[in-house]
Amino acid sequence: MTLTGTLGTGAEVPVGERVIDIHDLRMRYGAKDVLTGVTFAARRGEVLALLGPNGAGKTTTIEILEGFRMRSSGEVRVLGVDPAQGGEPWRSRVGVVLQSWRDHGKWRVRELLHHLGRYYRRYATPDKPRPWPVDDLLDAVGLAPQAQTRLSRLSGGQRRRLDVAIGIVGRPELLFLDEPTVGFDPAARREFHDLVHRLSDVDDTTILLTTHDLDEAEKLADRIVILAGGRIIADGSADELSRQVSRESEIRWTRDGQRFVHSAANATPFLRELLLQYGDDIADLEVRRTSLEDTYMQLVRDFEGSER
Amino acid sequence: MTETLRNGVSRGLIELRHTLTTPLDLWGYLFPTVLLLGVLIFMRGATVPGTDFSLGASALPGMLGMNLAFGGLITIAQLLVVEREDGTLLRAKATPNGMSSYLVGKVVAVGGMTLVSLIAVLIPGAFLVEGLEVGPSGWLTLLWLMPLALLATMPIGAALGSIFESPRAFPVIMLPIFGVIAISGVFYPISPLPGWIQGIAQVFPIYWLGLGMRSAFLPDALASVELGDSWRQLETFGVLAAWAVVGLALAPALLRRMARRESGSAVAARRERMMSTVGR
Repeated sequence: MTLTGTLGTGAEVPVGERVIDIHDLRMRYGAKDVLTGVTFAARRGEVLALLGPNGAGKTTTIEILEGFRMRSSGEVRVLGVDPAQGGEPWRSRVGVVLQSWRDHGKWRVRELLHHLGRYYRRYATPDKPRPWPVDDLLDAVGLAPQAQTRLSRLSGGQRRRLDVAIGIVGRPELLFLDEPTVGFDPAARREFHDLVHRLSDVDDTTILLTTHDLDEAEKLADRIVILAGGRIIADGSADELSRQVSRESEIRWTRDGQRFVHSAANATPFLRELLLQYGDDIADLEVRRTSLEDTYMQLVRDFEGSER
Repeated sequence: MTETLRNGVSRGLIELRHTLTTPLDLWGYLFPTVLLLGVLIFMRGATVPGTDFSLGASALPGMLGMNLAFGGLITIAQLLVVEREDGTLLRAKATPNGMSSYLVGKVVAVGGMTLVSLIAVLIPGAFLVEGLEVGPSGWLTLLWLMPLALLATMPIGAALGSIFESPRAFPVIMLPIFGVIAISGVFYPISPLPGWIQGIAQVFPIYWLGLGMRSAFLPDALASVELGDSWRQLETFGVLAAWAVVGLALAPALLRRMARRESGSAVAARRERMMSTVGR
């Protein structure tokens, strides 16, 4: 089953609400086509996860959106502006968190956040005060105890949280997160997820993130876009994608200490029957759609199969 | 614009404070000083040929001129290459008006570092040699020479730094500069050298920086040792100004090209290359 035929998803986001709007984006390095017609859109306040195998073109796509790389062809609008022409006011509305930086090693955490915040002061508006006050920001990313630490002395996870803090110090309308939680312990990961929810719910920040952690993508993203072989092979919520792959749900329960598993295209009539028949004897009842991981593996496998 | 300048200056001052509180960096400032002082001590008793003036005293201003050139050319080139690799430049690019403030900051920081390195040589040097004198005209010379020196060297240094991709290219930058220093009469008058070498030396700013410094610190009688028996201040100004014009014409385009090419994957690719050569 290929899904590419069902993809008109970009059109579902009303034009006026599109924070990111890409149409037929192509990128070619020499004789190699890296992106062969990427089309998707993101609406304000949405958390979008861009997934895909290594070499699928995720980084190239994000760098084009960030305005760090020129494209070969295609229409790209980020916050209504072509990122290739994005000036400094546009830059002030975009936050970027890249992978593993080790710059400013001699600076102290608070000093650097304070300094970088100054660049956003002139872009403050009455309904969007900028920058984010440093002490609040340190609390938000859990770095208050390290405020006076030199960057070169931060642990990997702390450094990563600082990268995130720098990405949001200007209170961006759109935030790019490239593998944000690499090196986080489970507690830091949980706190980071809370922060992402807060950014999208409270501040209405649109977030585009890449990750290889499918569990994380499922938790964070409103919508998932899968990139493989230079184009989008799937676009939708985790539920929508899993329905595309398999219409079946998995139902698990125990009765009299025995475990049962059953697959059904429509779980509701089956469950009604089950409960009518056994009532309170049924315990540990679970109904699950295919997990994002299964869905992802299936989609990528199907795509690679169809390529051959 | 003023905001960009202000951010840049505050950035430069913070970096200057960092470098002055980092032991390794301090050693970097002091090491040439120690080296130069060693040379001064070695030269004690020697005189400038044809005079009874101390050779060490005449070499000291030459060293100051060399330090100026070092700061403007090499320090800024090195910083650009290193900070491109560690992601500082990309960070500046991701910040509104960040690139302009970054460059302003570099000028302030490197200007400050150069001043510190001058003082680090001048103060102990002044105790070791005799005969230095700075009159009102000497101060006046320093007043135009020092800013012009930075203006003539920093854009060229920045242009050099923007061309080279990796810190491993440093020897490629350093060797020709050391070659020019060797023929620029820093320690010893170049009048005995063959004419064509004198000609090459006078194309580059280092000779003129040394000459300008000597004109500020040495008695006028010593001008007789120089080429043309004169301090040639007009020519000094002319050559340095020409370098400033060339540098300011070249640097912005090269820096823009460098900035345009900066991206996360460019930084990552550079790091990967470095790791693979270190591993070997």
